[in-house]
Amino acid sequence: MSDNRKTKIKVEDLTLIFGKRKQEALKMLEQGVSKEEILKKTKCTVGVNRASFEIKEGEVFVIMGLSGSGKSTLIRCLNRLNEPTAGKVIFDDHDITRETNKELLETRRTEMSMVFQKFGLLPHRTILENAGFGLELRGEEKAARDERAKTALETVGLKGYEAQYPAELSGGMQQRVGLARALANDPEVLLMDEAFSALDPLIKSDMQDELLEIQDKLHKTIVFITHDLDEAIKIGDRIAIMKDGVVEQIGTAEDILTNPASEYVEAFVEKVDRKTIITAETLMFKKHTALEVHKDGPKGAVRKMRSIAVDQLPVVDEHKKFLGHVWLQDVLELEKEQGKSLEKVINTNVPSVYKHYTVEEMLPLITGIRHPLAVIEEETGKFLGLVTQTSLIIEATRFEKKEVIKLKEQANEL
Amino acid sequence: MDKLIDLGKYIEQGINVLEESLSGLWGAIDDVISWTVEFLNDTFLAIPFIVIIALVTFGAYYANAGKKAFKKEGIKKGVSLALFVVLGLLLIWAMGYWKEAIQTTTLVIVATIIALLFGIPLGIWAARSNTANAIIRPILDLMQTMPAFVYLIPAIFFFSVGNTPGVIATVIFSLPPAVRLTSLGIRNVPEDVIEAGHAFGATDKQILFKIQLPLAKTTILAGINQVILLALSMVVIASMVGAKGLGAIVYQGIQQNDIAKGFESGLGIVVLAIILDRITQAVAKK
Repeated sequence: MSDNRKTKIKVEDLTLIFGKRKQEALKMLEQGVSKEEILKKTKCTVGVNRASFEIKEGEVFVIMGLSGSGKSTLIRCLNRLNEPTAGKVIFDDHDITRETNKELLETRRTEMSMVFQKFGLLPHRTILENAGFGLELRGEEKAARDERAKTALETVGLKGYEAQYPAELSGGMQQRVGLARALANDPEVLLMDEAFSALDPLIKSDMQDELLEIQDKLHKTIVFITHDLDEAIKIGDRIAIMKDGVVEQIGTAEDILTNPASEYVEAFVEKVDRKTIITAETLMFKKHTALEVHKDGPKGAVRKMRSIAVDQLPVVDEHKKFLGHVWLQDVLELEKEQGKSLEKVINTNVPSVYKHYTVEEMLPLITGIRHPLAVIEEETGKFLGLVTQTSLIIEATRFEKKEVIKLKEQANEL
Repeated sequence: MDKLIDLGKYIEQGINVLEESLSGLWGAIDDVISWTVEFLNDTFLAIPFIVIIALVTFGAYYANAGKKAFKKEGIKKGVSLALFVVLGLLLIWAMGYWKEAIQTTTLVIVATIIALLFGIPLGIWAARSNTANAIIRPILDLMQTMPAFVYLIPAIFFFSVGNTPGVIATVIFSLPPAVRLTSLGIRNVPEDVIEAGHAFGATDKQILFKIQLPLAKTTILAGINQVILLALSMVVIASMVGAKGLGAIVYQGIQQNDIAKGFESGLGIVVLAIILDRITQAVAKK
């Protein structure tokens, strides 16, 4: 996820106010008056409150929040199904909020397609006609649109259902039609409003996998709305968390889990299964003391170990490449034998991990060993830091530190 | 007690002004309606009755049986109504009221077409604009609660006696359900489907013709069914201003205290009503 990708959609200070005295309410909002106050004084509801963010090309950008947080309102501002009161939505290089009706129709017909929570299929039309509906609206010939609709249906795994009607399909399949309809238009941006929220958990999970597969092939820019953090983490490259119309935090799943910007976000992330998200990079002790094989002799090694009260240290070469661990016992023996180089006592048969390894991936590695895991850079093998067993177990179990130490002691006694 | 407000007088004056200032228009309407009614009457009466009975019977059968018309399933569905149509129409013919039945049907057809021509667009308008709805609804309420006889007076005033005032009074009386049910049908189209249309760049016209009207079809057809039945229920009243047909025979029966005539023609109307109702309902169900 490099950030040198082009910005596809840039949202600047986007505000949407519901009610009759919008301008008055907007002024109050700008003066910093609270939402409640504004509602009391003007009877206007602030749906979206000065939201700003950028969505990169080819990114899956998830907007997450509970119902009433303004997330659905926000996504509808992007294609102006809801008319923003103030602010800009810059798509490539033009401001959608300033488009004329004709330009807006064109944007909706060619550049942005939407998938809805309630599917929004036409019950009196076949699956094929539904999938081709967007193309029909923009005036394409029947033969051409049938062709493209067919391809889109194939992409979502609905080949063979062309002649059936929506009511004959299950919810999951109906949403595939909704997705096919959006894909048939071949838009640059897909807007997905709680697209999978109405589906059973198993089907939901299937659909998420399928969306990711499709995304691997098509590289669309996807704006995905959800109230489900697990879903957000699974499919989102970046996640924006919304509350009361305000974007509270934007970041990768890990950013949000490790540094929640507010109590609200914290409450959200508490229930998440962190094992699959937290990586070695987050957990490791950076710039951990390491021994350099040609610089540190046995004496230096002993001193370093004692100074930080450990009985084992990682060893690196002059390029900081990780070589293995040495143990105090072995170093002391080496010293007795008048040995000069640590090389002989390095235990190279130890697991090491890359920084993108998750807790779940690291857990199996710590069984049977009693030392921390070294984190190394993938390309160069450079030593980056250490992940201790304790912190891994804390992450995996969410036990308190004391409890984990106790558990470990018990395990060691056995 | 003396009248404080002489509302009736103002209405009368208003109608007088309308009659005088737009007399050309009334004349033209009269011509078109009379000509259409007569043309249809002549056409239907020129066709041998047995051919018409066969056509209507098949139409009724097909409306119920649909595409399975020649399969066992279809026959099961369609045969009872078809049988009723044959027997009912033969009965009317045998009682000697074929011509009157045709005249009544023509009147109903013309009135229904006019009512729909105005009613459906009004219904669409009422569905799309709350202001329009607020104006149209009380007028419809008035039209439906005002005793139907009242419409006869201005109808005669504008068009003298004959088929035209009958058709006009019938149109006014039967128009409301066309407006109401069209509006209802369109308003009941799920919001998510409309939103999907907008999201894919549908124009207002595309929303109307590709989404709203097709989805409101069943309700609108139910409205059409109502219009036809209301129109049929007006034939007796319309006969008081000179409309021809079974209604006129009923009216004669009342005036002459002729139970036989009244009963036979009344029965004819019932038969027509059942046939028209069942056929339109079957069409609406599909």
